[in-house]
Amino acid sequence: MTQKIAIQVDDLTVAYNYKPVLWDIDLVIPQGVLMAIVGPNGAGKSTLIKAILGIIDPIAGSVAIYGEPYKKQRKLVAYVPQKGSVDWDFPTTALDVVMMGTYGSLGWIKRPGQKQKKAALEALEKVDMLSFKSRQISQLSGGQQQRIFLARALVQNASIYFMDEPFQGVDASTEIAIINILKELRKAGKTVVVVHHDLQTVPEYFDWVTFLNVKKIATGPVKDIFNDDNLTKTYGINYKVAVNK
Amino acid sequence: MSNPQIEIQLIAALVAVSCAIPGVFLVLRKMALISDAISHSILPGIVLGFFITQDLNSPVLIILAAGTGIITVVLVERIQKTGLVKEDTAIGLVFPALFSIGVLLIAKNANDIHLDVDAVLLGELAFAPFDRFLLFGADLGPKAAWIMGVILLITLLLLYLFFKELKVSTFDVGLSSALGFSPAILHYGLMSVSSITVVGAFDAVGAILVVALMIAPAAAAYLLTADLKKMLWISVCFGVFAAISGYWLAHWLDASIAGSITTVLALVFLLVYFFAPNKGVLSVMYRQKQQRTEVSLLTFLLHLNNHQEEEERHINHLREHINWQQVKANTVVKLALDNNLISITNEVISLTQKGLSFTQAALEYIITNKDDKIEHLKDDFFLFRG
Repeated sequence: MTQKIAIQVDDLTVAYNYKPVLWDIDLVIPQGVLMAIVGPNGAGKSTLIKAILGIIDPIAGSVAIYGEPYKKQRKLVAYVPQKGSVDWDFPTTALDVVMMGTYGSLGWIKRPGQKQKKAALEALEKVDMLSFKSRQISQLSGGQQQRIFLARALVQNASIYFMDEPFQGVDASTEIAIINILKELRKAGKTVVVVHHDLQTVPEYFDWVTFLNVKKIATGPVKDIFNDDNLTKTYGINYKVAVNK
Repeated sequence: MSNPQIEIQLIAALVAVSCAIPGVFLVLRKMALISDAISHSILPGIVLGFFITQDLNSPVLIILAAGTGIITVVLVERIQKTGLVKEDTAIGLVFPALFSIGVLLIAKNANDIHLDVDAVLLGELAFAPFDRFLLFGADLGPKAAWIMGVILLITLLLLYLFFKELKVSTFDVGLSSALGFSPAILHYGLMSVSSITVVGAFDAVGAILVVALMIAPAAAAYLLTADLKKMLWISVCFGVFAAISGYWLAHWLDASIAGSITTVLALVFLLVYFFAPNKGVLSVMYRQKQQRTEVSLLTFLLHLNNHQEEEERHINHLREHINWQQVKANTVVKLALDNNLISITNEVISLTQKGLSFTQAALEYIITNKDDKIEHLKDDFFLFRG
């Protein structure tokens, strides 16, 4: 394959209180794929993303973003945490949350100005949320909150997007809107990594997949490796049962 | 007003503003209890600092005592991280232990130190003007005002410089970390400012009022606004209001200034708690009542929509058909009439054009759960805001 490597993970091990949650993960993610990370609860899917982004310190191993450590490549990467990880009663508006996406490029101390506001408004437009820009974030529905998070990532104008369960608790129309935006990002040559729960939609939404259950089970193109064998290895149950769950 | 009176109010106001600012972030980070812990556990730091410097207002003492505040935070986190006890338990273990060390140190050296436990807990604002800041023999005002003024300036400068970093790390730790704004640095920065503020303020207002000045204004402001900047402003205003009016309450009652200020703060919070426009108790109760009425209205409209036959829509049969009390039925019919959703001809109720489109939109919302269907209805009806 001549594709450029966007993310390379070598021998990554992460432990909480001496219990490994990720064990010796090797992973190569080529540029321009829309990849799902699938695996059962407690498989370490979110932890993998957090370790790549340096939010959690691994006990061993290394991560490279385009050949460099993450700390040097922050501006190339956008991150959408799980919606439930923040307090939506925080006193702020939809626009302000999207503006937070521009903070990374500003660095310490510098304040966002008109340029950042314009970018945030454009991102809100892309996720069809412009009319909600002044609304307090607790007054938004689950789907709208997820769109705001996506807009916040879009405004970072990154090369690589990490999203932790963006379809959790959203309505069908938001799910379609989000996946369409992710597919557009892929078309534009961006790399998108999504922690995903719904096995049924994997072939439809993604072109690349990683099976994870503490250890890496398999990674590669959906059409080659999304099969009974890998699903059974990951979930420990029959594929059809897993899909129908 | 005499000079000392003005000075006491000035000191109280400076303390109030200095406390309100870190208080907002402590409340939003759900760390209100930490301020309580810090305010008590700085005592050994103050006593030790006093042994070394022999001066209660020395900057060295303030730094030393603030260090004890940080140690408190670290100890609480360490104990909590073991997973053996929860955070509130860890706080409850750490600060009494440190405080008691301070109490013992004072008791053992009571003769040498003009410091007693009562003063530490309650402070004595009334005496603050006696301790003057003298420079080359010139009287530049009370020391406490200078100390709090400097602390406030530092706090304001840090707030101005790191407002966006504090905001993002308070709202979303994960994003803050991914963007390169170390949550740990911001966390300990905030803890340091809180500790220094507490140390600076405790001499004037005592360990207990400091907590009230940090938490109560922020908690009240939180109920009044959905904007972080406004929350900071409102907290500061509440703090200053409580400081000044508390002083005059004490003057009038001939009672402790610190106690009076705290009483005013409690009253301010209670008023806001009940009467805040959106989040207040009365507002919430009113909204719930409205919602019940609106659900009834919707039920009624759907009933009309489902039944073309006149007997189902006759005003006198309404009660039998939807099984409502007369009063409730009347309220609902009146609400529908006032909003032009229905019309009544020959005692038979029909949906108007507006009523029909409203019902359709509501139905579509119920079936699809798509918000955009009812977006234009939201301003008129509470029901759809939940």
